[in-house]
Amino acid sequence: MNARTILEKKQLDITIDRLCFELIEKHGDFSNTAIIGLQPRGIFLSRKIHQRIAEITKSTNILYGELDISFYRDDFRRGNEQIIPSEMNINFTVQDKNIVIIDDVLYTGRSIRSALDALTDFGRPKTVELLVLVDRRYSRHLPIQPDYTGIAVDTRANDKVKVEWKENAKNDNVHIITNQS
Amino acid sequence: MSKQFSQSHLLGIKDITRKDIELVFETADNFKAIINRPIKKVPSLRDVTIANVFFENSTRTRISFELAQKRLSADIVNFSASSSSVSKGETLIDTVNNILAMKVDMVVMRHPAPGACMFLAKHVKASIINAGDGTHEHPTQAILDAYSIREKLKEVGGKKVVIVGDITHSRVALSNIYCLQKLGAEVMVCGPSTLIPKHIETLGVKVEHDLMKALQWCDVANMLRIQMERQDIKYFPSLREYSMLFGLDKAKLDRLNKEIVIMHPGPINRGVEITSDVADSKHSIILDQVENGVATRMAVLYLLAGKQD
Repeated sequence: MNARTILEKKQLDITIDRLCFELIEKHGDFSNTAIIGLQPRGIFLSRKIHQRIAEITKSTNILYGELDISFYRDDFRRGNEQIIPSEMNINFTVQDKNIVIIDDVLYTGRSIRSALDALTDFGRPKTVELLVLVDRRYSRHLPIQPDYTGIAVDTRANDKVKVEWKENAKNDNVHIITNQS
Repeated sequence: MSKQFSQSHLLGIKDITRKDIELVFETADNFKAIINRPIKKVPSLRDVTIANVFFENSTRTRISFELAQKRLSADIVNFSASSSSVSKGETLIDTVNNILAMKVDMVVMRHPAPGACMFLAKHVKASIINAGDGTHEHPTQAILDAYSIREKLKEVGGKKVVIVGDITHSRVALSNIYCLQKLGAEVMVCGPSTLIPKHIETLGVKVEHDLMKALQWCDVANMLRIQMERQDIKYFPSLREYSMLFGLDKAKLDRLNKEIVIMHPGPINRGVEITSDVADSKHSIILDQVENGVATRMAVLYLLAGKQD
């Protein structure tokens, strides 16, 4: 096993700042835009981005929610591991809003497909965009691509991309873990 | 490692652990949020077929299970003994195996014989959920009762719960005792001595025959129905006398120097074990229990369905 760091704290902060400015460039004052983080691992990034955008735009009422996709996954009863749901927290309707879905790593695209299903149960959004911190290129199972990307990496199927945050690990870091076999 | 539900059936609270019950609660929190949304449905169980096999009458439990299954997008078939081949002499295993031959993944069963679900779980290949077996257990009722206490009083551990009424004939009482004790609550049973089983103290519960003393002790009172259909002999002189001694009314509540939470598993015999003004008062969480029944049953179905591969 071999771990390689691709983003550490300082670079990560710069990347998040850039992503925030890209979002502001497109969505202005966020009056009709909501940010939605995906449970369980996307929420650390989405909370950071929500907070940073609020600081930059000085706006305090940007709509923010956290979406759990457990009940919409396509591998329920297909694997051995039980899928335990996380908390869902969306206290607004997504009807006619621009939605930015935020997740940490985009790999096969299956989570995002589930998220799109889950989202439509809260209404019909005007547009849905996708922001990811790490895009694992050339590994998609579905026709899904990000609109905003932190960093794009080329990985093999048995590699792992691990995103750590101060909230759940010691520090903010992104690693690629390679399994030599 | 990630959390797991330990059993592949839900036959009784006796077989499951505190961790299992807490996992059901956490999962039910998510489902409670979902059933209060405009779109109350999720697609999780879309490839699961569930048979509801009821050999005994039921309104609440059956509707609650059906709604839970429909909100999880499961396909369901309903079966009641009165309109089936059981009256032609078919055995339980044959009946259920015939249903399973039509590719059913889970069976929710209510049966008048204690242990019927356990027997079935040994002989058929499907996940079995006990929806009440005679005077033995009614696990989903106990889970929803404990969930409702947790919702109202923040936690179950350390709380004092009295179960009042017909303990002998009640499956709700037995499941509730197991469930509440596993979660760390103290349990007392209260009723006429004829309706309290001998040696019930061995389960670790207190016994009290004076309702006022019991109410003064408890944080939560769970009032059970007198099960006339299971009483072949007279256990007390008259309903009027029973309700005077063990029925909960406004006057008795007013004499307490504290507020307690009132529960009832339904169906209510108004004026016998509980009067209307108490059942409809702000201390009563009877209708919350019904709402939580759907969320907790969704959680049980989801966790058990997820066990199979």
